[in-house]
Amino acid sequence: MAKLQGRIVVDTEKCKGCGVCIPACPFDVIALADNVNSKGFHYAYMKNPEACTGCVNCALVCPDAVIQVYRKKATA
Amino acid sequence: MAEQQQQLTSEDIIQEENLVFDRTQLLTDNVFHYCPGCGHGVAHRLIMEVVEELEVQDKAIGIAPVGCSVLAYNYMDIDMQEAAHGRAPALATGIKRTMPDKYVFTYQGDGDLAAIGTAETIHACNRGENVAIFFINNGIYGMTGGQMAPTTLEKMKSSTTPYGRNIKQMGNPLKITELVAELPGTYYVTRQAVHKPGAVRKAKKAIKKAFEYQKLEKGLSFVEIVINCNSGWKMEPVDANKWMDENFLPYYPLGDIKVPEKK
Repeated sequence: MAKLQGRIVVDTEKCKGCGVCIPACPFDVIALADNVNSKGFHYAYMKNPEACTGCVNCALVCPDAVIQVYRKKATA
Repeated sequence: MAEQQQQLTSEDIIQEENLVFDRTQLLTDNVFHYCPGCGHGVAHRLIMEVVEELEVQDKAIGIAPVGCSVLAYNYMDIDMQEAAHGRAPALATGIKRTMPDKYVFTYQGDGDLAAIGTAETIHACNRGENVAIFFINNGIYGMTGGQMAPTTLEKMKSSTTPYGRNIKQMGNPLKITELVAELPGTYYVTRQAVHKPGAVRKAKKAIKKAFEYQKLEKGLSFVEIVINCNSGWKMEPVDANKWMDENFLPYYPLGDIKVPEKK
């Protein structure tokens, strides 16, 4: 069985920590970091990367277009 | 049966050939000046993605409005022109008539399009100019500090209606999209939102249709995009999207309002 696995890369310096991507994720992958970027925003990060399927929902709703999505098929 | 699922590492997945979503090249590297969570960024991105997909970067001309999105030309890497407050449809008319092979669109907020620019909007729609109008509706004057706009809902609080909008005193919220749909000059009128992934996909399709109809010289396409204004509504971004779903969208229902007749 092939399963899609994904990863997101957040441009942490441009992320404003609005958190709109968090409810958009169907697998509860994203959370806001405890750390802040140079502007003082708690940027988004993958708290649960194994669950990501690369569905791009987070990137679609991201108002600052800071999320890159990668997806690869894993063969069992 | 109990086969171990292969778990790829981040290094395996984060490779150039696996990239499925990236910031479009037509957005400049500037950081949006919009508040965190503001839907303007998504609307900017969708328009630029469509321009990129249609490969009309050298032919697209955007008209920036006055309002929060006054600096849209800093982010959209195409030819842009700044209009006087509310006069973007008039400017688009002039540009399209002198350069009919260009793709001309205006990007306007509700204070620009539905308040000071109502005359230009209605007459451009009535003349059926072959341009696209993108109307970003957040129901408030975001840039100047959250004052009441024509599109503010009944009982909605703003800095000039601290007890909520009173219909008797301040009139009814203006559904300008339904209004222009009645005019014979408009070809495609729709209302979309960008607060959820599904809505974003639909909004992108609507924007693409607007550009395609312009290529076919069908007349004016009017795409309203309902967005949040979390600063003006005094809410967290996620709560603002939820509030929009519960209060804003019942009054401004999403969907196509005027679609071309099938022959």
